[in-house]
Amino acid sequence: MNALLHHEASTEKSSSVAAPEPILQMKDVCRGYGSGVTRSEVLSDINLEIRKGEFLAVVGFSGSGKTTFAQLVAGLIQPDQGTITMEAQAVTGPSADRGLVFQNYSLLPWLTVRGNIALSVNAVFRDWSKAERRDHVERFIEMVGLSHAAHRRPHELSGGMRQRTSLARTLALKPKMLLLDEPLSALDALTRSQLGDEILKIWQEERQTCLMITNDVDEAIMMADRIVPLTPGPEASLGPIFDVEIERPRVLAELNDSEEFKSLRNAVTNYLVTVRQKARDRETAASKHLSFRLPDIQPQDLTRKGRLVHA
Amino acid sequence: MNWRGNLLRACQITGLPIFEPFVRLAAGEDKTEQFKGIAKYVLLPVVAITLFLLMWNAAAKTVVTDSAKLPSPGATWGAGKQLIAMHFDQKEADRLAKHEKLDEAVEMMVEAKAYESAAATATGAKQEALQTRSESLKKRAVAAANYQPSSAPTFLDQIGTSVRTVFFGFLLATLVAVPLGVLCGMSPWCNAALTPFIQIFKPVSPLAWLPLAFIVIMWYYAGYASGETYFDKAFLISATTVCLCSLWPTLVNTTLGVASVDKDFINVADVLRLSWTQRLFKIILPASLPLMFAGMRISLGVGWMVLIAADMLAQNPGLGKFVWDEFQNGSELTYARIAFSVFVIGMIGLVLDRFMIFFRNLVSFGNPATV
Repeated sequence: MNALLHHEASTEKSSSVAAPEPILQMKDVCRGYGSGVTRSEVLSDINLEIRKGEFLAVVGFSGSGKTTFAQLVAGLIQPDQGTITMEAQAVTGPSADRGLVFQNYSLLPWLTVRGNIALSVNAVFRDWSKAERRDHVERFIEMVGLSHAAHRRPHELSGGMRQRTSLARTLALKPKMLLLDEPLSALDALTRSQLGDEILKIWQEERQTCLMITNDVDEAIMMADRIVPLTPGPEASLGPIFDVEIERPRVLAELNDSEEFKSLRNAVTNYLVTVRQKARDRETAASKHLSFRLPDIQPQDLTRKGRLVHA
Repeated sequence: MNWRGNLLRACQITGLPIFEPFVRLAAGEDKTEQFKGIAKYVLLPVVAITLFLLMWNAAAKTVVTDSAKLPSPGATWGAGKQLIAMHFDQKEADRLAKHEKLDEAVEMMVEAKAYESAAATATGAKQEALQTRSESLKKRAVAAANYQPSSAPTFLDQIGTSVRTVFFGFLLATLVAVPLGVLCGMSPWCNAALTPFIQIFKPVSPLAWLPLAFIVIMWYYAGYASGETYFDKAFLISATTVCLCSLWPTLVNTTLGVASVDKDFINVADVLRLSWTQRLFKIILPASLPLMFAGMRISLGVGWMVLIAADMLAQNPGLGKFVWDEFQNGSELTYARIAFSVFVIGMIGLVLDRFMIFFRNLVSFGNPATV
């Protein structure tokens, strides 16, 4: 496992063409909810640099603060401590530069596919002409292959089509960075791999920086350049970075036989499982003094028949 | 087979699932399943209604006092038919009277013209006399042409007045409640300020509101005789009472709808950095429309219920007044007529309810209400 842990040397080798400049930087970021006694720290000491053009995956168990992480990067919530900077500018609020694809699509149910995308385009590109905006919307509807369903409303779409719409809505904003908050977790296995491939294709065509948050290690290896595990919360933090150096395009069927894939998957999974076990051990150790002895009682037969027999 | 899908959707949106099995049957779907649906939604209600009519008939024979008796279904139906016939007779009579007056006016006009031409040739005092004669005839002709029959409002007229009153009051309530509700939903401070009013006034009966509405209207219209004002006083008093009672459900539901807009939608608005007005009109209002309309549906129902009582007390020429007048009259048809108007009131209430369900379903995409 340790052999595959991130080393500075190996990253530099893998991206030796140009010095990787960070597009987004998180420094000592902490975030919690509540105050006083009910205060609970969700994320603590998050340090991360996302490089321009890379596909980074953050992998974590459910409940480890993945959505909080996504909202922090998107700027929907502010860190309690630490700073997030994007291209040397502090992130103080949401912006179309960091396009967020929501976990549950969050399409507006009263608008059609076209309407949903147009709402975003109209809101962000206010100085464009009407025709320009319309063409832009149509281009992205086509990109995700929904031209035939552009007039439908979300409730008439399948889960995969909804997520495509959501993806097109975000891509149409031309964000500098694409933020995917568990984009595939609500989909069935077949749609999942298909949509995953499409996200990869779009990423490669547009050369956009991508940050994907997921709970699926295979998916992360399949798609990402680098993988960062998120340790289980509370006070979740980022683990060591794993580089994925498997050649693209990656084909799932071939990956299953690849030694590299297997060992990487084992390494990431083992790391996550080990930290979770440690966290659990800590928790049980902390609650040891609460243990008590159960009273020693025997079950008693209270039915009439039982009594008769005893009598 | 697209017509079938469209029809089924129409059934669902209008809140009339009764027709669903018929549509499916016509489309050639499984017959036993559809007949089961018909039995449940059509036959069973018919059987229940028949049973009810039989029981009512039996009760009509038993409940008899010295002065009156409970009207039987047949008597009620007869009274209803008579009321409707009376309406058309009255309208026909009015039309004839109007026609007669018009003929009269034309005749007088012709006569006036004759006097005028005679005056042109005559001279001196004779000419003056002819001219005044012609003038007065013209005036009478105009008055006759403008004749409005002043017969008492018929049953159908009263239904019309009631429906107008309830819609006017409901419109007033909606105009007040929706903006106020949006404000309360968006600002917890506003909500906290208005909550005591809502809590206290919501359960107040219309009968308690009516005298207050009466005073306000009387103060506002002090110095006007009846007929001089655009709205009839009694109409306004009724409508105001309806408004005061149907305000609350809309207000409460709008507040709830606006306050509970999906957090994801708000996130979308945040990411897009929508301005306040865009956020309100593009995200918050559309998202809260279903709950808003649910509130308006309750409001209209409450309004209709309140209206009958308000009509009775305010003497607004509506259904409530009709019932009250019949009760005071005490003719042998009284109770049959009242029973008939009870059904009419119920049917109109039902239609109003469907109407609001239809609107509600139109704006709640993907999850039409199960009725």
